Amino acid sequence: MVKTDWTIYEEDYWAITSVLKELLKNSNSQSVLLIDKTGQLIASVGIEPDFDLMSFASLCAADFEANSQLATLIGEKDFSTLYHQGADESMYLARIASSIILVVLFNKRTTLGLVRLRVKKAVEGLNTILNRLFEKLEYENEDLKEFDEEFTQALTKEIDALFSD
Amino acid sequence: MSLINYSSREINCKIVYYGPGLCGKTTNIQYVYNKVAPETKGKLITLATEMDRTLFFDFLPLELGTVKGFKTRFHLYTVPGQVYYDASRKLILRGVDGVVFVADSQSSRFDANIESLYNLHENLEEYKLSVEDLPFVIQYNKRDMPDIISLDDLEQELNPERYPSLEAVATKGVGVFDTLKTVAKGILQRLSKN
Repeated sequence: MVKTDWTIYEEDYWAITSVLKELLKNSNSQSVLLIDKTGQLIASVGIEPDFDLMSFASLCAADFEANSQLATLIGEKDFSTLYHQGADESMYLARIASSIILVVLFNKRTTLGLVRLRVKKAVEGLNTILNRLFEKLEYENEDLKEFDEEFTQALTKEIDALFSD
Repeated sequence: MSLINYSSREINCKIVYYGPGLCGKTTNIQYVYNKVAPETKGKLITLATEMDRTLFFDFLPLELGTVKGFKTRFHLYTVPGQVYYDASRKLILRGVDGVVFVADSQSSRFDANIESLYNLHENLEEYKLSVEDLPFVIQYNKRDMPDIISLDDLEQELNPERYPSLEAVATKGVGVFDTLKTVAKGILQRLSKN
């Protein structure tokens, strides 16, 4: 049996990606990603970036966290959104449901104003889905049958194979 | 706090290397990065100062093979060891699944080890966690240095609870994979708690 704080089931995942796809289309952006505050990538839609998504997710979470601390220092509770402007590519980050970060990558095909507007709408939709998911996690102590002894043994073999001199 | 994604069939686990400044946390991760097969590793991210001191963190994603349809990833992080980067250390511990405490065996760094270990306890407490709740491994690094403390003394001072501990010389790779294996297996055991 596994007890974890974070499990995403099929139906939630599809509900999330459908909101992300709508945002991608309506904002005319390049890619939209959903990341949790620990730096784990939850979902991504749009053009697959040619960089390492795992590293990108980890840096986005760190970026957001560092800025939250800066907010506290100047007497703000939080910065709920961040914007990084580049010559060609830009990114807009928004916090959702306290522990999730929405990241939009966009270029000159769209404007910050439009991205911001569409993100606002998407955040409402995502908030509903994520809050429902968190409630479910709180009340269900899921018995995840996949993670049995056989699973552990197989993964242990993988670990031994990967981590060897 | 492993993230299990049933749709993309992925399990992501976070391992944090903690310890005093210059104890060899980054060296551990760099050794792993240099040794594992290219197809299993992502990009090694290092946020360091010009003097090669870790400023925020190092990050290395590693991917195990697919088992029962699930792809398992370990995300390795180091924290900055220097005392004044405490805010960064706290942030990196968020959502941690397993901790490696890298202790510096040199006698001149004895107090730094104790201070860092105490700091780890304090920062975990902020997330309502303790080392008892997590797979926790102590690595006694720099065993090849001239003026080192005996293993018994280190165990007595830093590890009275007798968590798994290993000797290492991270610059030569000694003990690096064994440490990682110990903590990774501990995390898996927790995933399938029988």
